[in-house]
Amino acid sequence: MSSKKLKDFEEQIRQCVKCGTCQAYCPVFGEQKRESVVARGKIALAQALLDGDVELDRRFAGDMSQCLLCGSCVDKCPNLVPADEIVMAARREITEKHGPTSFGRSLSLALKNPSLMKWGARGASLFSPILFKKVPEGSGLRLRFPAPYVTRDRIIPEIASRPFRDRHPEFIPGEKDKPLVAFFTGCMIHFMYPQIGESVLAILRRMGMNIWIPSEQGCCGLPAISAGDGATVEELADRNLAAFEKREPDVILTACASCHAGMSRHFAEFGERQKELAKKVTDIHVFLEREGLIEELKNLPAKTDPVRVAYHDPCHLRTQGITKEPRALLRALPGVDYIEMEGADRCCGLGGTFSVYHYETSKKIGARKAPGIEASGAELVATACPGCMMQLQDIINQAGLPQKVVHILDLIAKELPEHS
Amino acid sequence: MLQPRIVEILKDIVGKENVSTDKSDLICYSYDATQQKFLPDAVVHPGNAQEISLILKMANSEGIPVFPRGAGSGFSGGSLPVRGGISLVTTRMDRILRIDEDNLVAEVEPGVVTEQFQQAVEKVGLFYPPDPASLKFSTLGGNVAECAGGPRCVKYGVTKDYILGLEVVTPKGDIIRTGGETMKGVVGYDLTKLMCGSEGTLGVITKIIIKLLPKPEAKKTMLVLFNSIDGAAQGVSAITRAKIIPTTLEFMDSSTLECVRQATGLKIPEAAKAVLIIEVDGDRDLIERQSERILEIIQPLGVVETQVARTPAESEDIWKVRRSVSPSLRKVNPDKFNEDICVPRSRVPDMIRAVEKIGQRHQIPIVSFGHAGDGNIHVNILIDRSAPGEMEKADHAIKEVFAEALSMGGTMSGEHGVGNTKAPYISMELDPAATEYMKAVKRALDPKNILNPGKIFLE
Repeated sequence: MSSKKLKDFEEQIRQCVKCGTCQAYCPVFGEQKRESVVARGKIALAQALLDGDVELDRRFAGDMSQCLLCGSCVDKCPNLVPADEIVMAARREITEKHGPTSFGRSLSLALKNPSLMKWGARGASLFSPILFKKVPEGSGLRLRFPAPYVTRDRIIPEIASRPFRDRHPEFIPGEKDKPLVAFFTGCMIHFMYPQIGESVLAILRRMGMNIWIPSEQGCCGLPAISAGDGATVEELADRNLAAFEKREPDVILTACASCHAGMSRHFAEFGERQKELAKKVTDIHVFLEREGLIEELKNLPAKTDPVRVAYHDPCHLRTQGITKEPRALLRALPGVDYIEMEGADRCCGLGGTFSVYHYETSKKIGARKAPGIEASGAELVATACPGCMMQLQDIINQAGLPQKVVHILDLIAKELPEHS
Repeated sequence: MLQPRIVEILKDIVGKENVSTDKSDLICYSYDATQQKFLPDAVVHPGNAQEISLILKMANSEGIPVFPRGAGSGFSGGSLPVRGGISLVTTRMDRILRIDEDNLVAEVEPGVVTEQFQQAVEKVGLFYPPDPASLKFSTLGGNVAECAGGPRCVKYGVTKDYILGLEVVTPKGDIIRTGGETMKGVVGYDLTKLMCGSEGTLGVITKIIIKLLPKPEAKKTMLVLFNSIDGAAQGVSAITRAKIIPTTLEFMDSSTLECVRQATGLKIPEAAKAVLIIEVDGDRDLIERQSERILEIIQPLGVVETQVARTPAESEDIWKVRRSVSPSLRKVNPDKFNEDICVPRSRVPDMIRAVEKIGQRHQIPIVSFGHAGDGNIHVNILIDRSAPGEMEKADHAIKEVFAEALSMGGTMSGEHGVGNTKAPYISMELDPAATEYMKAVKRALDPKNILNPGKIFLE
């Protein structure tokens, strides 16, 4: 995939018939209302670049940066033109010609060197209050939230004093006849939301699964893809291939929507072995439903005072058609009074590096979620992606609303009885 | 290229962030859904009628063509800057100014997206029926300028039937109001109706006063498969004769069904040669009675299978079949010409047979589907532009399709408009005196021909 040039997309570019449907689904267009930000415009510009009508210059780079890679337009395109892949390819060409941005450079260095990343995280925890200055000089996190960004009025979670994978053995045996499940943690769970990882383990243990958390695993590559850093994406893919080929897990679980996209979709495009491995990548909510957890949850004793919970669809699950399973899990929980909120499927506006370059637009896109959240009367907003969690909490705080954002898995882990 | 002096004036009028002469922006406003490409010299995003007035006054004195544009989703090239000049984009003007529940009217700016307006009025129990296929992204300004239609027009009429009044900037830059907000009003010419469907050639619409209806209580959707196109067509007539006007009466012919089968894998019985999607709306008991009656009437006409949606989700599934049509056509050939002829509804089967013959004669795939209830058929001529001779074949076929529609008392465009794509053909439909009458209006209002020139009429 990362070797694919913009030129390799000529046929797909031709398939865009300029009908304009993408205007209805692009969160960025919704705010800016300019053709150059919507898929149709970007595709026209990509064509213009191939035809030599525009240059690979600042303007082009700026236009290509105006994409959340949320995939909403691809999902609804009558001709299924892969606008996101075209934008990614365009970003790679920009990076190849002009080099990565300064934070992109430091990201690459750290992502390719896990010990440096770990050191960075440890360092960060010492200075937790001023966290991001000391955060892994460029993990996926660094790329998502570089320094000028976090100095604004944004609330972000503290960096864990001990990253998630450092807390647990690589292999946690379960029942003999149960599947071997590998857990792809991703950077945000590893460094920022280890609690979600703990919930994953609690649930899987309770179900008797044999759990494997490969210690050599790295970033899913999505932040680097978003930044157009093809070389780093490739190195990360190699690392993850090596890490997950060491055993033969039945499934590879993700608890982060973006990691799911990175590992199931983009990773698969590197080769046959990667493709085979990617087939095993499963969003944990889908896995839990398949393994019959919903029935089990329904059979838990009723609660007298359930909490009202709404759900937010992460784009990277929604566009893969994963919308029912997370809701079904929430509905099954006795302690949850599930309410479908208006605009549940609206993008939160984070979009990897998008919010770095276009913080104001990102905030505006996010702010459109606030009325739905408020009207739902929910106490908690649950979702299935740590990135969305961070952005949603920020949206809620900025709007002066009282809701807390949680991962679905935290709610499940809280209600499931301890493993006997 | 515009002189730098002109660009400076434009920046003074709308602010420099709302004017661009960047190549990238010119490319991004060079197209619409017809896939033609004409680069403007400048893209301007005005914020109100006063700014548009100043732009048009300047354009008049400098002789610069101005091309109004909404979402750029038209099917006839109506918004394309065919002579360079200024692309005047109204998407910044996107406020719903008021929804008046006492008088059942609303007032909006032209850049409001159709569906967003519909959702806003439905929240207070009101209803704006026109539903062009592009409603999720097209703007109301564009809908008025093209007089957009849609499936629900069978029962509810087209865009112009809901427009009570307008604020318009004339080609010379005057700001006028047409009509008003009363249900009745006969003082002077009906300029509101003149503007509806004038394709941006007579003025730039800057405010729209819209008539609203109470929102129907419920709707019911049915999918009916017939063993012949005649059966389906007779079904349409039978429903009409029974004095039932459904909300929508969409049909697909057998070639359309074949495309859908191949592209989507939907299970449609081989025996099915035509489909009707029938929707009724209104009070709950009324629609129950109507839907039962409809199924009863059409049963003897060769019905293979009937699906009646019991839930909104099932209704959505039925509409998915209809929506899968356009994308599935590309599997046949990469390029298509979508002509939206309209004939008296009783002639729909004749028209479909005529189209089939035209396809056979020229050896090109043509599929027909669309709004059977009002005779508006989308004739899709599927070709591969890159193959030699295909364009010529398509051109002949299009002319023949128009000729057939006209011979049956129909029109060459029910809802897409003329733009530049149908301009070469209008003499087939309009007699010279009528064309001259229209041109006289255009000349009187826009003597320098600066507003959307090159559309409707070939000069």
